[in-house]
Parts: sequence; C-alpha cells; structure tokens
Amino acid sequence: MDIVTRAINWFGDPAQWSGVDGIPNRVQEHLFYSGLSLLIAALIALPLGLFVGHTGRGAFLAVNSAGAARALPTVGLVGLTVVVFGIGLTPTLLPLVALAIPAILVNTYAGVQQVDKQLRDAAHGMGMKGRQVLFQVELPVALPLIILGLRTAAVQIVSTATIAAYVGLGGLGRYIFDGLARREYEVMVGGAVLSVLLALGTEALFVGVQRLIVSPGLRQRAPVR
Amino acid sequence: MTWDWRWSWIPDHYDLLGELLLQHLYLAVVPVVLGLLIALPLGIVCVRVRRLYAPVLALTSVFYALPSLALFVVLIDYTGFTGWTVIIPLTIYTLSVLVRNVVDGLRSVPEHVSQAATAMGFGGVRRLLQVDLPIAVPVVIAGLRVATVSNISLVSVGSLIGISGLGQLFVDGIQRSFITPIIVGIVLTVALAVLADAVLVGLQWLLTPWTRAGRSTEPVTADPAGAATAGVA
Repeated sequence: MDIVTRAINWFGDPAQWSGVDGIPNRVQEHLFYSGLSLLIAALIALPLGLFVGHTGRGAFLAVNSAGAARALPTVGLVGLTVVVFGIGLTPTLLPLVALAIPAILVNTYAGVQQVDKQLRDAAHGMGMKGRQVLFQVELPVALPLIILGLRTAAVQIVSTATIAAYVGLGGLGRYIFDGLARREYEVMVGGAVLSVLLALGTEALFVGVQRLIVSPGLRQRAPVR
Repeated sequence: MTWDWRWSWIPDHYDLLGELLLQHLYLAVVPVVLGLLIALPLGIVCVRVRRLYAPVLALTSVFYALPSLALFVVLIDYTGFTGWTVIIPLTIYTLSVLVRNVVDGLRSVPEHVSQAATAMGFGGVRRLLQVDLPIAVPVVIAGLRVATVSNISLVSVGSLIGISGLGQLFVDGIQRSFITPIIVGIVLTVALAVLADAVLVGLQWLLTPWTRAGRSTEPVTADPAGAATAGVA
C-alpha cells in the first residue's frame, strides 16, 4: 500500500480523533505553545520596536538581531534549555520566544522608521505631541509591516514548535517523533501534513487580519520583506 | 537534572567535529547553488513576463511557510535517509528567497543605464549578461546571504530524523543530558554561518569593482539591506 493511502487511512481512523494522542488534543497543544510564545514575544518586541523606531536609539542592535537569530540553530537552543532547565513548558517556550522576537522587532522598527517625514512634520504642525504622533500617525502607517513581522514570527513559531516534541512535549511533533521511533511512517506523514496545514493556516490568518485592520489608504503599498 | 561540562571532550572528538562540519557545510551549500541555478532563469523570465511574477511570488511565499521538519518527513519515502531529504527542501527555501531578490535586482537597473547600454549597441542577451546581471549582484548576494545563513541553521533539524551534520551533536547532548556537545554545536554552527556570510561579502566585493572606484557620485544599486529583512525557519 503506498504512503498516501496509508496516511489517508490514518486520518480516517476514528482512534485518531479522541484522547490524549488524538488529533484535536495535539492541535490544541500545538496552538497553545505557539500562541503563548507569540504573545510573550510580541509583548517584548512590539514596545521595543516602537521605541527604537520612534527615537532611533538602538537601531543598529535591532537590525542586526535578525541576522543573529537566523544563524542560531533552533535544535541547539531547544537542547540547551532542556538540558539546563529540564523538560517542561519554560524550556520549550524560551527558544521559540527568542527566535520570534527579532522578526517582530525589525519589522516594527522598520515600519515606524519608514514613515514619511512630511507626514510626521504635518502631525507636529497640527499640534500633536510625541506620544500622539507615535500612536495616531506612526503606528497606523507602520501597521502593514508590523503585521508582516507578527506573521513571519507566528509561522516560524508554528513550524518550530514541532521540534519541541523531540524533548518530550506534546503538539504535532509527537506524531513525527513517535512515528519515527515506532517505525510507523504513516503516523509521521500524518503529523507532517497537519503541521503544514497549521503553518499555512497561520499565514492565511495573518493575511486576513491585515486586510481587516490596515487603513484602506495604505493598501496600495507593497509589503517589504 | 544532571548536566556537566567537560573541556576534554573537545580535543577527544576533533575528528568527529571535522567530519560533521564538512557534512554540515555540504548539506547547506548544495541547496544554495541549486537554488541560485533555478532562481536566476526564473527571475529573468519573471522580469520579462510581468504577469508571471505575482503567481510565482505567491507560490514561493507558500513554500517558505512550510515547516522544514514536515518536508523532510514527507521526502523520506522517496529519498530515504540520504542528504537529498535535506537538500531538496532547503533548495526550495533558497529559491523562495532568491527569486524575489533576482527580480528586485534586475529591476534596480536605472533607466539611463539601460538606455546607455542600448545606445552603445548592447542587444538583449549581451545587455542582460554584461549590464543588468552585474548591477543586480548586490541585491542577489543579499538574498544569498539570508538563504545561506538560514540553511546552515536549518540543516540541524535534519539530525532529528537521522541525517548527519552538526545537529548530531545536539541529539547526542540531549540524549545524554551532556551540555558540552550542544554548546560546541551551537558555536560551530554560528561560526560556519559567520564565515559563509563573510565569503559572500568578499564575493560581492570582487564582483562589483565599480562600487569601490570612488569616482561614481550616483549609487547604481538598490539598497541590499532593505531587500530582505526577515526570514522564517
């Protein structure tokens, strides 16, 4: 029997749809790790990016953090935190948060920093103060890039959270590593297909959010990546 | 939890480290070369046939969102536990980054330069090879740098399903709760990325002698740093 049929049979088996090792629970675990990591990363990186973009202080560090994060091997970070802190939620979330911060930080910074100088002058001319300029002008104009940063970070987190299962946590990676250990290839493929769907769903979600909340006046601008 | 650090582990494993480093480099660099070989013609076609660019760009951004581990797993059935299982997905990622940069690079050729080339009698292919592509070099290399560095980091994921490289040190360290191979692995991976990045910067320096001539008052190239600011694992 070829692998596609076996994988379809795996999805069709009612046993996959209930219990701790069922698909609903694994998806829920995966979304929990990913959502929490994104939330923590956003809480750190968004204010920092706004600050750096608005004041221009620390721009060099912000820009270079993206390159540094790209070079760091996720598997190594997951391994390091798990060996040092033991198996648990913190060692899983720490590398995910660390790797998501630069994408949000760089794009938020770039978004605010790229705001047209004339627009800023006009805002000052209308009597706006620093904070008003930031939240009523710079932030809305920077929104497409900020959402792009969040999207990049979210997709990265959802993809990388699979690796967390290697050190014994739940989520969709469980199928991949359990399947590998038990030589059940269809289980691995099932997990792989689910994690692809989740990543693409995340991407689609953020594209939708962007359409909804970005001001119509800014839509013509092509996003920078 | 019990974890310890042993300096002596490092000199005891010089041979292994060298071997893993070479395998790692091979698995990361082959996709960069393959990706460039596909992205160049694809990008050139996209510049010529404008209608093609939007769908190609959409497709590459979907590819870029696919989790590496999932792609490795799906490929095992076809390529087994060989290097190709890692090389093919990384080629797809490289391609996804590069097509955009090739197109941006070719489009960054200023109108007056194109016109001057045409006036000097440069025809289609000759203008492409001798004028447009050289001017696109900085933007293309900016893409190559992003792709190379992220490939070097992603090769480690292959070790989780048994494809060797420096990631084997992480697997080994996790299984034995032994921190030395993990730290050594991280340091070597980052060092490899920094080195590869420096080689590409050097390559750019060699390929764009006009940028350091010091006489030109007008920048010919687009800002390479702005071409790619963020990436996905």
